[in-house]
Amino acid sequence: MFPFMAVADPIEQFEVKKLFELTIAGTDLSFTNASAYMMLAVGVVVALFGYTATRNTLVPDRLQSVGEIGYEFVANMIRGVAGEDGLRFFPFVFTLFFFIFAANMIGMVPYAFTTTSHVIVTGALALLVIGIVIVYGIFKNGGQFFRLFAPAGAPWPIYLILVPIEIISFLARPLTLALRLFANMLAGHIMLKLFAGFAVSLAGAGIVYLPLAALSFGMGVALNALEFLVAFLQAYVFAILTCVYLNDALHPGHH
Amino acid sequence: MEGDITLGLKYVGAGLATLGMIGAAIGVGNIFGSFLEAAMRNPSAAPQQTGNLFIGMALSEALGILAFLVSILILFVV
Repeated sequence: MFPFMAVADPIEQFEVKKLFELTIAGTDLSFTNASAYMMLAVGVVVALFGYTATRNTLVPDRLQSVGEIGYEFVANMIRGVAGEDGLRFFPFVFTLFFFIFAANMIGMVPYAFTTTSHVIVTGALALLVIGIVIVYGIFKNGGQFFRLFAPAGAPWPIYLILVPIEIISFLARPLTLALRLFANMLAGHIMLKLFAGFAVSLAGAGIVYLPLAALSFGMGVALNALEFLVAFLQAYVFAILTCVYLNDALHPGHH
Repeated sequence: MEGDITLGLKYVGAGLATLGMIGAAIGVGNIFGSFLEAAMRNPSAAPQQTGNLFIGMALSEALGILAFLVSILILFVV
């Protein structure tokens, strides 16, 4: 009907492709583009912090400053939310933050694959976080960990409602943690692709549509800037919520 | 014909499910609005509260994402 309605498929960018096939004992363990980009994210982070740690000079150069600022940033985040004894989880939160941040940022490169826009990746990360919270919480506090579900100081009839609500809210944590990152990256990248597609199709549809194409292109540029913010913000939010949940495992009962 | 109506209603349902995002929008707007209001009154206390700001944002945003999820479930699973 309208020639400019035919835009490129915005979902196509999320397709997982097998780079080479591998099947072990009936399980498909093929190396995909998702695996490749995850390894790339790990490689970038390892290269940056490997450089920062081996350079080790008193007056840092630019790249070393980036690493040191990143270290301080995560350390302050954990201190602020979970206190000094939260710092025993520093390696975990640090790894998590920089893996997600690197994956999000690599996803912003045109034609790159965004691993964090797949719910299986974010779901695995969220399950890891909540698994550590439960295992460490019970290991450290024993049965006291379950006081998390019954905050002190409420009159007893309230507990009949409060305990189920607290249990449901605890069970919703891994779900929302995974879905927040996944949905933000998915929706953002679909939006970028849609506006870029509109710009191309409108420009191709004739001279009359050129102002609309320019508008669409400008919108795409602005959204790109927004997506860089979202890429950082979602990594930050994932890490800070991990700290909040770890704080529950460290100090159940006072929240 | 009947299949068309079912399919159409499915899309209507998916669209209606996204209305849940209104709540998340109000919530997120409220959080940032209140933060700015408080930060203008006492700017020196604002930097320590940015962590709480983003926790609050993330928690209320999650409900909007649940609305998105319901809409995706209606479209692709049901």
